[in-house]
Amino acid sequence: MSVLAAFARARAVREGRAQPIATVRHLHLSPRPMVFIPLRLAGEAAAPLGAMLGTDPAEPHLLVVPQPRDRDQRFAFVAELAAIMLPYLERYAKDVETVEAKTPYERSLDAPQILVPNPRGIAFTRLLGRSCRFRRADGPYPVHPSVPVLGQWLTFLADRAEFPGSSLLVAMTEALAAHWATGQSRVEDGNLAALVGWIAPPDGMTGPEAAAAAEDMVWSPPAGPDTAPEFDAEVLAPAIRTYEATGSVAQVRDAVRSQLEPTWRVMWRAVELLRGLPEARGVPGRWERDRAEFTREAIRIAEGGPPRGRHDSAVGAAVRLSAMERAQQAFEAQRALDDPMVMVEHRLEGRAFAGEVVAVELERRIVPPGRTRAVNRPLVTVVTADPVRLAPGDVLISPARPRQHCEVVEVRRGTVVLQVNDGMGRGARPAPGSVPEVGEIVCYADLDPGDGPGFPFPSREETPWTHGGPPAEYVPTDEDAMEDWS
Amino acid sequence: MNRLDVLRGPHPAVDHNARTIAALAANPGCDRRAVFDAAGVDKRAIARHLGHPAPFGQSVFAITRARAFEKLVKADGCAELLRLLRELFGLDVGEVTYVDVAETGEPGHAARHARTRDLLRDAAHAAADGRAAGVLVDHPLLRLDVGGTEVHLEPDVIALQAGGRFHVIAIKSFAIIDGQAEPAQVAAAARQAAVYVHALRALLAAEGADPALVAHNVVLVCPKDFANTPTATFVDVRQQLAVLARQLARLTRIDRILDRLPPDLTFDLRPGPDGTPTRPADDLARAVRQVPARFAPECLSTCDMAYFCRAEAREQAATDLLGRAVRDALGGLATIPEVLGLAEGAREPAEDEAEIADRLRLVHRFYAEALDAAAREVAVA
Repeated sequence: MSVLAAFARARAVREGRAQPIATVRHLHLSPRPMVFIPLRLAGEAAAPLGAMLGTDPAEPHLLVVPQPRDRDQRFAFVAELAAIMLPYLERYAKDVETVEAKTPYERSLDAPQILVPNPRGIAFTRLLGRSCRFRRADGPYPVHPSVPVLGQWLTFLADRAEFPGSSLLVAMTEALAAHWATGQSRVEDGNLAALVGWIAPPDGMTGPEAAAAAEDMVWSPPAGPDTAPEFDAEVLAPAIRTYEATGSVAQVRDAVRSQLEPTWRVMWRAVELLRGLPEARGVPGRWERDRAEFTREAIRIAEGGPPRGRHDSAVGAAVRLSAMERAQQAFEAQRALDDPMVMVEHRLEGRAFAGEVVAVELERRIVPPGRTRAVNRPLVTVVTADPVRLAPGDVLISPARPRQHCEVVEVRRGTVVLQVNDGMGRGARPAPGSVPEVGEIVCYADLDPGDGPGFPFPSREETPWTHGGPPAEYVPTDEDAMEDWS
Repeated sequence: MNRLDVLRGPHPAVDHNARTIAALAANPGCDRRAVFDAAGVDKRAIARHLGHPAPFGQSVFAITRARAFEKLVKADGCAELLRLLRELFGLDVGEVTYVDVAETGEPGHAARHARTRDLLRDAAHAAADGRAAGVLVDHPLLRLDVGGTEVHLEPDVIALQAGGRFHVIAIKSFAIIDGQAEPAQVAAAARQAAVYVHALRALLAAEGADPALVAHNVVLVCPKDFANTPTATFVDVRQQLAVLARQLARLTRIDRILDRLPPDLTFDLRPGPDGTPTRPADDLARAVRQVPARFAPECLSTCDMAYFCRAEAREQAATDLLGRAVRDALGGLATIPEVLGLAEGAREPAEDEAEIADRLRLVHRFYAEALDAAAREVAVA
């Protein structure tokens, strides 16, 4: 917990309302996101009880499983889900552009975005994907052909959701908590309705009052995937019994709807809140990455690619972990460059500072070690009141000139001297505006957006013996498809 | 009358179990919980009467499923469990004796505990002599001293491997899918199992046997993937054991807490003829407040009293409300007015607060600057 976020929480308690900890929106928000609220039967790993989903706040689709323990009903539910979700996903795969690169590749012009209430919603999405991707339309226990396809998509989405800065599948509580600090704890922020209550309490209510109302499970059912124990005992269990006795789904349907509708409204309220924030500069770049990954998966699935195995290979896992670490580092750096509020955290640590330029030695040229020709290396002196903890040799970047690298030459009390190393054009003198001027308010930070090459991992075929040697190619087996179900 | 009986009033004592001990150990600084648990006070009833019922509980579906799964694993003298253990340990099935402590001899806690103790002591001595045979003890009853009170514990099964080591077996109904289960559930199971391992070691030590005979690997039996077929894996609970041992040792002896309380203090609900409490709620609240609590947001999912304690922490504007990580980040300051007072310069820092005061003033300045910068951006756009 950063001291900034902690301070903002303390302020939120006094103000009776959540306080901003970001000034711009750091995630992509689709103009047409799909809200997906799954429910499962308590005590079961992945037995769907129902779901509410859709792209239009006024027209949610309600899916219900009247007897969640029945295997056939589960997969009938998934087929219904696929009938709504697959057209939404696949629509985006149609319009693509070709990206010029060493190996040119295709990238869709836009991508789908699925919003679930909380991280447990993502975990359930992953399990649902896992339970469907190995199923087959033929052989024993056949399912609708769309079931394994949706299984692959849900697996992909849940996987992407682990990458920092990805916006294909988003947990709403996390998205909100990244932008606002409430006057309650992180544990309580896991309740979507309470979190939204703190951020935007209804007229005439304070944040804590709205959060208290949201904790009353009768009025504000949990946002899933687990339902409230009281609801299970008093409403759901009798409804399922009625279904078993009479074959009528109506009672279960009403029960499930009563639990989903309040969350549906809160989800769209949360979407509005996020829309109210201006988009951060780094968002389109990260969304480009999401679009590319989405297109790659769409092509793979369209070509009949096999479902992802039960376990990652050694090399695959290492590559993935490394990519996630790089994404994390880039995301953190980018967030700070895009948002003065996030930069505050780095300034507090002394790894960044803000101040005024008091002197510039624009004409300075030196011959760097090992080179023969003199190059421009202007010096910029900045006066700051920040607690700077930087040393000569540290390389810094600035939100105003994110591609330019400056080296710390000297740190004295309240003064930092920087040497500008690049980003000044090819001329004999630095290009106009490429070097800060006297009087300019600047901010410099020890951050690395990390666009360099990643670690060179061996290929699958060259997996070293320490990691089990090259793994066998994964081929889905009949056994996977016939997996036992209770 | 015993002091604890006075505190509890004319209600039957609520038993401790592994889950409550694990929860107690998670928050050893909470005198309120320590006293309530030691006296066997019905926290749920108290919280309800105070108007702060805890909404947690287990779903009927989850309970049904858990019972069905345990029944399946233990059916026919634990036949299925034995098969799993044989795979896991390489046990020869012929060498294993199955004993159900609940079904032999006299009923009652004391008798059950005595049989469990005798059985395990003999097995331990046999193991020490190298003549160990496999034993599966069903429905064992252990005892543990928690902060000065004796607590009964009921592990699912204890297995003695032919090789001479005891293993605690935990049967849980959450699924292990592709070798992975929900981390929170595994962690909770490990914390509970650690309590059993600790109690089992204490029992062997008391009987003059080697406590190290109890393995720090417990056996977790769960449904595999999406089916009801059980699978068994080892879970290393060394870390949980270390935490538990430390926390149990730190638990203030209950007497020391009781000495600070008024002698006539009681949490008696004064049930009327129909059992409903007749004691005025604010009178009960005053009694409860006599015992200091240490609220943390984690209590909300483990302690019946949590919602009352949270309301109390709110009245005091305590930083505890925001979570331990936040409180630590705020230099351990106890209240929110203290934090904001130091940050805004309205309050003079005490001598030991100089450092955190400097930091908070800086945060306050930076925060205002960032808000200003954002407001200017919006104005320009």
